[in-house]
Amino acid sequence: MRIILSMLLLLTVMPLSAQTLERGNGPEPSTLDAHKCPEVACGNILRDLYEGLVANDGKGKLIAGMAERWQVSSDGRTWAFYLRPHLKWSNGEALTSMDIVHSFQRAFTPMTAAPFAEHFEAIDNAGEIMRGEKPPSALGISAPDALTVVIKLKRRTALLQLLTLPTAYPVYLPAIEKFSAQHTRPGNLVSNGAYRLQMWTPQSFVTLERNPNFREQASIANVRFHVTEDASSELKRFESGGLHITETLPPQPLTALKQKFGSQLRLSPYLGSFWLGFNLTQPPLKNNRALREALSLAIDREKITRYITGFGEQSAYALVPPGTADYSPVALNWSKLTQAQRETLARKKLFEAGYGKSNPLEIELRYNTSTPHRRLSLAVAAMWRDVLGIKVRLRNEEWKVFVNNRKQKTITQVFRGGWIADVNDARNFLSNFQSDNVVNWSGLNNRQYDDLMQQADLASSPQQRAALMQQAEIRLLSEHAVIPVYFYVSKHLVDAKVHGFDANLLDQHPSRFLRLLDAKP
Amino acid sequence: MKLWLSRILEAVLTLWLLATLCFFLLRSAPGGPFDNEKTAPPEVQAALNEQYRLDQPLFSQYAAWLGDVVRGDLGPSFQYTDYRVTELIASSFPVTFINGSAALLLSLLIGIPLGVWAALRSGSKLDRILMFSAGLGLSIPKFVVAPILILIFAVTLKWLPAGGWNNDWQSALLPIIALSLPNLAYCARLMRASMLETLSADYLRAAKARGFSGARLLFRHALRPALLPVIAWLSPALINVVSGSAVVEQVFGIPGIGRYFVQGALNRDYTLVLGVVLCIGTAIVIINALVDALRVRMDPRLRDSF
Repeated sequence: MRIILSMLLLLTVMPLSAQTLERGNGPEPSTLDAHKCPEVACGNILRDLYEGLVANDGKGKLIAGMAERWQVSSDGRTWAFYLRPHLKWSNGEALTSMDIVHSFQRAFTPMTAAPFAEHFEAIDNAGEIMRGEKPPSALGISAPDALTVVIKLKRRTALLQLLTLPTAYPVYLPAIEKFSAQHTRPGNLVSNGAYRLQMWTPQSFVTLERNPNFREQASIANVRFHVTEDASSELKRFESGGLHITETLPPQPLTALKQKFGSQLRLSPYLGSFWLGFNLTQPPLKNNRALREALSLAIDREKITRYITGFGEQSAYALVPPGTADYSPVALNWSKLTQAQRETLARKKLFEAGYGKSNPLEIELRYNTSTPHRRLSLAVAAMWRDVLGIKVRLRNEEWKVFVNNRKQKTITQVFRGGWIADVNDARNFLSNFQSDNVVNWSGLNNRQYDDLMQQADLASSPQQRAALMQQAEIRLLSEHAVIPVYFYVSKHLVDAKVHGFDANLLDQHPSRFLRLLDAKP
Repeated sequence: MKLWLSRILEAVLTLWLLATLCFFLLRSAPGGPFDNEKTAPPEVQAALNEQYRLDQPLFSQYAAWLGDVVRGDLGPSFQYTDYRVTELIASSFPVTFINGSAALLLSLLIGIPLGVWAALRSGSKLDRILMFSAGLGLSIPKFVVAPILILIFAVTLKWLPAGGWNNDWQSALLPIIALSLPNLAYCARLMRASMLETLSADYLRAAKARGFSGARLLFRHALRPALLPVIAWLSPALINVVSGSAVVEQVFGIPGIGRYFVQGALNRDYTLVLGVVLCIGTAIVIINALVDALRVRMDPRLRDSF
């Protein structure tokens, strides 16, 4: 009875305010601990709560963050970041360079289990600390004075891009020591970004309010990130005026969406690549490049992007998406052929691989349960059947079963793959195929590829690094270790009242760069 | 007193069996809580396994978890790492409880009078329309009803929000209606059948022959026995509401416990699923006991069997 009464008391008011930006944010964020955030949902919120040494603006351009300027040594391995004076935490306390150093040390401690920490392996001793071989104090990040942070690298890396990741945000250690996992609760969470945490109702919403201790006042007073797990329900919430921005869109005919929402529909290239992977450790795809090539050539990417995905995705003939920073896309000769020419070549390659009418091939295509994946797999199976005359078994699996099987590499043959970039760097895509990488689902073990990637890590200039990674990508594509299918697009509905929502490759839209037309300060 | 003690023991045993079965079933499912698209490096994986005791043998994990449960701690959530399962349940259970209770109450408040009305006009056009509507209400699944309600009342008329939870009646109304419709329909049909049977009983015909008025007959002599099957049905109705809440909460974006059933299982969030199972199991055991007590109070014939 007491529960009922207390709930009835709660049934009071919480009206929508004109100053509140209502954002659809996909699933419930798994954490608001910046160092432990593994997915987009928490990343979106943390970008509003925190600021790293550098940041991305609303257009995805790298801008100064806590550091007002920085300097890099000629070998690209020593970076000095000069902090803005008078940096503050959201509780008003001064934020010093030592706070930043200690925060990095916490991020790389094994017990923190930071999911993106491995990206920072290039920092001196970061890998050793993550593996528990050295203490956190050995980290190659130091604070020579209160306004300077120096980062030492053991090899060249896209450090500035990495520093925009939540792993590089400073966390307020006194709160972590005092509250442990509960330091992320309203009242306990101390951050340093344009907003601070006001309310968190699990499975419902996270509300942020302006941080009065941030150097610039955000235009929008409050931001509410709604849990919108179901894309169809999110669309209806947008239509009924409950949301200003949706996280995504459900599969729907593009023409109808354009007609209905006009300029509110925002589609733009996204730094993500969808591919089909091969298990290179088991027959029939192991040591059979001709077969892999035949399967790749037989897929009509244009048809897939036009009729199956249908949101303006770009057909892919390479792994790294166009627009990736400091990197020019590569293309193999076969990508310039017409589809008819590719299909003729595909049949030839299948014959070379030892398959034909006398020795028909049966192959399995595995994907995780989802309507778009099922549609795409059906289309690919039909193309393989029509062009190559092979029989395809489609197998869909529940998410955890699928990722587990893909990781095991024992029963998979062809499987659904793909990668959304964590940072705008080609290495983020290409390193996944290095033989020792945990997400090398194909099991590619190519000495030349590994060598090229290692040389790229040790390159003396950004240009040389890019050139070596391009060679590695060409090697990967020549081996037909993967079938690139399309490059992703980001899909949102944005209310006409929201200004400053600019397309960018990482699909990051920090609220401090947005404005609400009818918002009052 | 002895009777209640034995029922409490029975309940504890039932819950222990339920939790044990669920524990081992969950752990036999392929894939683990940390299997994701972006697999963690081995050292991170090892740190996580240690934190969540996954590095220990299965029976040790079971014993440790059971020990925690006895101490009132359902453990940390594997997916929502900032929360203990107890906290997640404490914040979500009241939402499901309020919505579920309101939906059940609505079903009874509308279903019983409709059933009585249909029984009194048995065979008439009105009876046929009512029972056809009830059949329709029963056969349309909640994942169809909920979007239709949103389309009409939120998107088109803009009277109510299309989803989300603001701790107000507006955000609760559509989910309650969606949740109550199938139970309402079943309740009306059950009440009609029960009332028809009661009305044809000898004692009522005798009372009628003695000149008792229609209203007195209905409210004093027929309603109480006719309600008995409806009261017995409350337990399955409650289970129906809880299982239905998973769908309704998903569609309306409500932070109830039903969503944790599905998400917990999909994420292999072992502690969360077990916590939810224990919580719902306890609620069902308590409701069953209350329904039994109510039935005994309403029907003196049952007193000897309890």
